[in-house]
Amino acid sequence: MEAAGEVLRSGSSQELHVLAVDDSYVDRKVIEKLLKVSSCKVTAAESGARALQFLGLDAEKGSLGFNGLKVNLIMTDYSMPEMTGYELLKKIKRSSAFREIPVVIMSSENILTRMDGCLEEGAEEFLVKPVKLSDVKRLMKDCITRGETEEKEGRRVDKMKLEEDNNHTSSPLLSSPSNATPSGCDIATSELLSLPLQSLKRAKFCVGD
Amino acid sequence: MNRNRLQHQVACMRKSLFDQGYLDEPFIQLEELQDDANPNFVQEIVTLFYTDSARLIQNIEHALNSRPIDFNKLDDYMHQFKGSSSSIGAKKVTNECTVFREYCSAENAEGCIRSFQQVKQEYAILRRKLEVYLQMVGQAAVSQTA
Repeated sequence: MEAAGEVLRSGSSQELHVLAVDDSYVDRKVIEKLLKVSSCKVTAAESGARALQFLGLDAEKGSLGFNGLKVNLIMTDYSMPEMTGYELLKKIKRSSAFREIPVVIMSSENILTRMDGCLEEGAEEFLVKPVKLSDVKRLMKDCITRGETEEKEGRRVDKMKLEEDNNHTSSPLLSSPSNATPSGCDIATSELLSLPLQSLKRAKFCVGD
Repeated sequence: MNRNRLQHQVACMRKSLFDQGYLDEPFIQLEELQDDANPNFVQEIVTLFYTDSARLIQNIEHALNSRPIDFNKLDDYMHQFKGSSSSIGAKKVTNECTVFREYCSAENAEGCIRSFQQVKQEYAILRRKLEVYLQMVGQAAVSQTA
């Protein structure tokens, strides 16, 4: 088992790693090039299922541990056979291990309800195709800024993921502090005792008596 | 052939492809993405587009010849075709795809068959023009190193 420190360092290289998902050969080639030109490392997947495999997330069983790629951003096409970008988005956002990864949806159709639906499920952004280089460059900039902010705030997301996977629970305490109060009180004492100190601190606010 | 003349011909043809609406903005992006590391990028993408289109055209033909016509499948294929033509900036082809999809959602078989002829025609015209254009671009590039 890797030490937590190693896990943290492996993700902190300057080059962003993007997982691009699209069933179209042409679009995959283009997005790959756009990302490479923007100094990113790219892994391209032709389907949602393939993307989940790369991440090390089994569609049925949930996280398979740290066998998967470390990615900083996922860009996925909306309209794909078998698993749409929307379904992929939901799977990622409902996974304790990967929900922190920003997901951007790309679609050739500018449908408001579709855009709203994706944003509601936690998509970072909804891009209308064909995607432009300026869109990609802006995303990279936002990604880097976001990463720097997280570092400053001391949010060790990797560490939390590692500990979550050890516990195999999806703890409500790992949601933002403002949401923690109502759900945190439902945690059993035995679970509380096994949680890392960071989470316990939030728990103390509601399990006061 | 004289290098300057070749370059001039390339520029003229390129301008007319855009002025006449065969090509659009995304094609310019492809050209801008071409660099020393990927000197044939545009040709590679265009070739991918031809392969993809051939497959989709065949699928659409097949679907149009089936009875009863599966309009959902047809729309799916055409959505893919429209997507890749839009990605390379094939403006006229993309527009004809849109017309087809309108007939498709109305489940108008005759309309689909008619507009598919238009799609294939525009695709054939674009392909011919692009082949000539890219061949000229290639010749001009070679003449520069001479």
